[in-house]
Amino acid sequence: MKFTSVFDIIGPVMIGPSSSHTAGAARIGRVARDLFGRQPKWVKIYLYGSFAETYRGHGTDVAIVGGLLDYDTDDERIKTAFAEAEKAGLQFEFIPETANKEHPNTARLLMGDDESEMSVEGISIGGGKIEISEVNGFKLRLTGGMPAILVVHDDRAGCIANVANCLAMHDVNIGHMEVSRIERGLTALMVIEVDQNIDHRLLEQISYIPHITKVSKINN
Amino acid sequence: MDVLFRSVRELVELAETEGKLISELMIEQEMLITGRSREDIFAQMDRNLTIMEEAVERGLKGVQSVTGLTGGDAVLIQNYIKKGNTLAGDLLLDAVSKAVATNEVNAAMGTICATPTAGSAGVVPGTLFAVQNKLNPTREQMIRYLFTSGAFGFIVANNASISGAEGGCQAEVGSASAMAAAAIVEMAGGTAQQSSEAFAITLKNMLGLVCDPVAGLVEVPCVKRNAMGASNSLVAADMALAGVTSRIPCDEVIGAMYRIGQAMSPNLKETARGGLAATPTGKAITHAIFEGGDLKSLLKSRVNSN
Repeated sequence: MKFTSVFDIIGPVMIGPSSSHTAGAARIGRVARDLFGRQPKWVKIYLYGSFAETYRGHGTDVAIVGGLLDYDTDDERIKTAFAEAEKAGLQFEFIPETANKEHPNTARLLMGDDESEMSVEGISIGGGKIEISEVNGFKLRLTGGMPAILVVHDDRAGCIANVANCLAMHDVNIGHMEVSRIERGLTALMVIEVDQNIDHRLLEQISYIPHITKVSKINN
Repeated sequence: MDVLFRSVRELVELAETEGKLISELMIEQEMLITGRSREDIFAQMDRNLTIMEEAVERGLKGVQSVTGLTGGDAVLIQNYIKKGNTLAGDLLLDAVSKAVATNEVNAAMGTICATPTAGSAGVVPGTLFAVQNKLNPTREQMIRYLFTSGAFGFIVANNASISGAEGGCQAEVGSASAMAAAAIVEMAGGTAQQSSEAFAITLKNMLGLVCDPVAGLVEVPCVKRNAMGASNSLVAADMALAGVTSRIPCDEVIGAMYRIGQAMSPNLKETARGGLAATPTGKAITHAIFEGGDLKSLLKSRVNSN
């Protein structure tokens, strides 16, 4: 089921004018920032389908930038997000694409700073609800509705067990988990949805586990 | 995932066998899925109701959108009602003006509550605050109105779509109007089955409605589609309360809406490439807004030529 809560339907409380193109866009930006772990210094925003055709009219552009600045859907500062981004030192560029994506409201954010880069693809599925469909080239399905941990790791035996053990030691319960890899034996990605918000120390400990290359999180 | 209902048929059966209101089943399902307390869930919906009240209040004072394309119609309709000569009836036009008020605030990038989307945010509160004057509901009943709307919206969102980009306007204002019709019936003391009839009658009448926003803005024709959606809800609710039933069952109407949305050309699904967006005036408005043309004199000449 894509929609699980009554507040997916009666909600969100948001700045207009479009739940999919404004509120959903802000959420994609915010989850992308969360996954990156901090505010990026620069971002290239590729828009597809209806997003590409109507982003200016719907405020999709200010909303995504607002999300990258950590604004919620009802934050009045979304309207002035471009000016706020300049103050915060966030450079952005919008690139409308003509390629067809599976979903009509798709945005891909390529972002980075002096330390690292990351690409996050999100889709806005209606009523402000979003899914993250790709991170660094890995296909996945993440709603952002539950706290989640993303672990990039070498595709080796024991990695998943080690991470699961670490979560168990912190008394964190796994609600849903999936693993994907681009090619056998190379790099893989674990997506772990958990029941409670994730502590910074837990992430740090996971990052010390052998063969783990990157850890990021989304809190609710 | 464990849920209490996945279809309208299941929802109505459950309401009948357990002797419960649809709003109650929605609250129970929310508690089951999220593990949150009833008080907590009620409090959040109460806040959403307050946001809706504030948006209507703001819109009735008169707002203009960022582009100047929409705004002020809610005030015109309220002034007209006050003259006392309405043909369609005061309650119906009150709902229309309050739906318009909400969408005018939305177009002005004001704060609204999506029901189920922002583009269709006018219908549910518009009808609620108009019916309120007739039925004198308690605050709890008004909050329940939103849970009843939510229960039907939940089924549509999971079995079809509530996104204009996926299913056209029928998925947005169509769904919103049908949700409101079902909620009006419950507030007026109708049965769960009557709520489902009102939902089906409303949605049937909005099947095929395309999403063709001029310049890609949630303004033209979105604001007026909310107005007409609200009037559909009220008429369908009255019909269902009178005992009229839909020959096609509610879930099948939802299925038809989904398949019509799939068959719709992408030009008519929130891409601003077809329908009203592609009319000469629609294109001229787009040009004026994005290429620095003179929107004011364009709109003025449109009014004068009529």
